[in-house]
Amino acid sequence: MSRIHDMGGRFGDGFVAPDFGKEPVFKTEWHGRVLGLTVASGFLGQWTLDEGRHLRECLSPVDYSSFSYYEKWLAGLADMLVAKGIVTRDELKTLSPVEPPKDLRERRLRPENVFSALSKGGSTERDAGPQPAFSVGQDVVTRNAANLTIDGGHTRLPAYASGKKGTIFALHGNHVFPDANAHQAGEAPEPLYTVAFHAETLWQHPENPEDVIMLDLWQSYLLPAS
Amino acid sequence: MPHDTSEQHHPHSLLPSDPALRVKALETLLVKKGLIDPKSIDEIINTYENKIGPQNGARVIANAWVDANFRDALLKDATASLASLGLSGRQGEHIVAVENTKATHNMVVCTLCSCYPWPLLGIPPSWYKSDAYRARAVREPRKVLSEFGVHLPEEMNVRVWDSTAEIRYLVIPERPENTAGWSEEELIKIVSRDSMIGTALVVVPT
Repeated sequence: MSRIHDMGGRFGDGFVAPDFGKEPVFKTEWHGRVLGLTVASGFLGQWTLDEGRHLRECLSPVDYSSFSYYEKWLAGLADMLVAKGIVTRDELKTLSPVEPPKDLRERRLRPENVFSALSKGGSTERDAGPQPAFSVGQDVVTRNAANLTIDGGHTRLPAYASGKKGTIFALHGNHVFPDANAHQAGEAPEPLYTVAFHAETLWQHPENPEDVIMLDLWQSYLLPAS
Repeated sequence: MPHDTSEQHHPHSLLPSDPALRVKALETLLVKKGLIDPKSIDEIINTYENKIGPQNGARVIANAWVDANFRDALLKDATASLASLGLSGRQGEHIVAVENTKATHNMVVCTLCSCYPWPLLGIPPSWYKSDAYRARAVREPRKVLSEFGVHLPEEMNVRVWDSTAEIRYLVIPERPENTAGWSEEELIKIVSRDSMIGTALVVVPT
């Protein structure tokens, strides 16, 4: 069973509302503040990208569906700060720092470092990890879309592509494994592939059976096709 | 880390209910604790409003259209060729470029969240982050495209790239036929953000 964020293929969402490039980058001032606050807090170095994603996914389905995009970010950030002990529930309630701040101040992102920090990013490719078990052109089958060690844990195998047959399209080297990294179980890098799925293998009534959906999937999501 | 706290209310529910006040409250608290410099937030906003946006991607596309060697390098190893132009960084650490042709149309989505090539296109627009786009782009891409005014012939193959890992995808749209002899600067102006996501074609304005 997956969580509310895993919505690929879902029915009932209605039309997409294109903006044709007209929408401002941040529609209101607070959208920009949420993005900035989240990015700047990330530079405190107390959680990984995968942990951050997972906490947003753990919003209750009601909140996830009713919150706007930046409300999800804001809720995810507040929950993460508490989970990591950086702020307490009491501080969120009273909005005054009742406990002495942890010694993180020297990690605070400085304005003069913003552009270089954003330009640097953080590669997820690693030298360590197993050799590739599959080669380009080989048929594979995906396993169940679930975190294998933690119930309700993070995974990047979407439910719609669970238990489906596809073909290895590309190999991208070894990358940090989100299912482990989101739960402080180490980076556990493993080979990452692009896998091609024909629309007819994914959908009961594909628009065009020959259309292809490409997913980036880690080696342990895949089994050899029999 | 506990990942389900719903039984005892998520901590975020302790903040004010109005989102603008909620972010103000959290920012104030973190500033008081010495963990956030509000000027850094200003600078992050300024960076994505003014320095990093679809104009970066448009330069890459126009360059690929006029320089076959650059196009080949981009298709072979986009991460390396973009890094040589200073176009790398957060949410663009690993880039793959995919090319639209007469036979194949590419479009990009992230069904699980809203992964997007920030260094090339900036912050994603609302529709890219919407439930409707995330849910439907993989199941009925042609119908979604028609909502953008793009109607593909049935014989054209559609490839949808679901950004499930840290690879970010850049669509190289087809260069319009009536742009022979155009300068790179002129070409940059007609490359829309949506054409690099694959929800628009590049057309010459009439």
